[in-house]
Amino acid sequence: MTTTSLRLRAGLVSIVLLAAFLGVWHLAVRSTAPVATMSPEYAKLMGLTATQGKSAMPGPVDVAAKLWEHVRRPFYDNGPNDKGLGIQLGYSIARVGTGYLLAVLVAIPLGFLIGMSPLLSQALDPFIQLLKPISPLAWMPLALYTIKDSSISAIFVIFICSIWPMLLNTVFGVASVRKEWINVARTLEVGTIRRAFTVILPAAAPTILTGMRISIGIAWLVIVAAEMLVGGTGIGYFVWNEWNNLSITNVIIAILLIGIVGMLLDQILARFTRMVTFPE
Amino acid sequence: MTEKFISIEGIAKRYPGTGGATTTVFENLWLSMARGEFCCVIGHSGCGKTTVLNILAGLDAPSEGAVIVDGQAISGTSLDRAVIFQSHALLPWRTVLGNVAYAVSSKWRRWDRARVKAHAQTFIDLVGLTGSEHKRPSELSGGMKQRVGIARALSITPKMMLMDEPFSALDALTRGTLQDEVRRICLETGQTAFMITHDVDEAIYLADKIFLMTNGPGAVLAEVVENPLPRDRGRTDLHRHPLYYALRNHIIDFLVTRSKTFTAETPGHDPRNVPVVHIGKPGLTIASDAKSEPLNETSWPGLSRPSTSS
Repeated sequence: MTTTSLRLRAGLVSIVLLAAFLGVWHLAVRSTAPVATMSPEYAKLMGLTATQGKSAMPGPVDVAAKLWEHVRRPFYDNGPNDKGLGIQLGYSIARVGTGYLLAVLVAIPLGFLIGMSPLLSQALDPFIQLLKPISPLAWMPLALYTIKDSSISAIFVIFICSIWPMLLNTVFGVASVRKEWINVARTLEVGTIRRAFTVILPAAAPTILTGMRISIGIAWLVIVAAEMLVGGTGIGYFVWNEWNNLSITNVIIAILLIGIVGMLLDQILARFTRMVTFPE
Repeated sequence: MTEKFISIEGIAKRYPGTGGATTTVFENLWLSMARGEFCCVIGHSGCGKTTVLNILAGLDAPSEGAVIVDGQAISGTSLDRAVIFQSHALLPWRTVLGNVAYAVSSKWRRWDRARVKAHAQTFIDLVGLTGSEHKRPSELSGGMKQRVGIARALSITPKMMLMDEPFSALDALTRGTLQDEVRRICLETGQTAFMITHDVDEAIYLADKIFLMTNGPGAVLAEVVENPLPRDRGRTDLHRHPLYYALRNHIIDFLVTRSKTFTAETPGHDPRNVPVVHIGKPGLTIASDAKSEPLNETSWPGLSRPSTSS
């Protein structure tokens, strides 16, 4: 009873905050500047700010109208610089998905090996510690030079940035499986492979999934920046392109969509994490 | 000792200490058990009881010596020796049935699912958990968890059971019921059992033989005490048996004083021929009423008896 009422009240507060934010935004970008009189040719050059006193910053109504346009036609393709937002988001999600899956395929088996072998763990530790703090974008020139394909380079950047949290969490999760569970498997003469799948994997799964959740967040952060550099397609390129078009409305819409997709990706991983978490 | 089913022969355990020195937990430990015998080890923390149990289980290897079970030297763990862990060690992501079935399918790898399930179910019924098969360990009380641990150990029909303080984390009532269950099951199945405990009464109730270990490091097996109580003893009238207090006092005296001083006071102690103590049997008696009475008075100088004369 108290939880539902708390939820209800929290929801109400959220709505009030949103309304207040939209209201302030709306008021802040109202046309206030004096309108100068000028010749029509000059006015064309000056844009709406000078001729109608309208702020270059769009209001919530403009953004909503533009967003509605995008939502109605998400997949149109009018050439390289004019594609629907659905297509742009699709490119970004595909890149993140590919790089991320490759990272999963490498990080989890490797993490298992490192976690189960103290020798490997100590031998590889300096490399991991050195490589981990490198900004993924710093790899970009090297990737472009060696791979010679901007799209694959972006995938590589996603791969390299999402591998570390998964790798480290897998190592930690595998190495800190409770000794007694291992001993149970040992007294039952369970072989190494079966032990890895029936004891270590379920025991480490919550930690591994937490690493995967951190990784997907980082990958989604990095893809925007990577696509700004790489260009061509993707939501990051869209943001930069609309900045060059001076379409602040589209930039705001892109920001909103980046947030929504990031949230959804995080929620999907959170759901998986809950599925493998066990109460003790 | 007519038949040595389990024979621990001169095992030692040493750990590398600081500065090249080695810490010896125990060395030259000899111990044997007959088939179907229930043995308890009592000693203070740090005397290496758990290490002995782990070596018996195969989870740990001795630095020296060997363990022979049923005529064969052991190397590593075996499905013949089931362990009941102090912390129950259930896999929390599996249900009660899943935990027992994991052990069953580890022993009989080619059994189909239905057969594994049926076999696991009989042992869940045996420990009185019928109806809780699909609960997860987190939904069970401490006593129920340990019952699952017992069911899991029994389900692989081992040659012997190794128990590391299995009931120490339970409340007194639950502990009592589980002791009854374990005793019943062991008597019914003729199971050989090796149990570590801190609870003197638990040892007296369950054990046929009680091994007394001195304090570590450098712990030795000081005495083997044979339980003089009848085999059909019950937990409720245990303390009424005429030999109960003699036995209890002997063990407690050992734990309180002799476990510290034993090594110094008994220079001729032969670890291969540890004295067997028969409480209450004339001629072989070591601890008796006449000897322990004055000792009790001197060992508690602060305790004044109520004066009856004034």
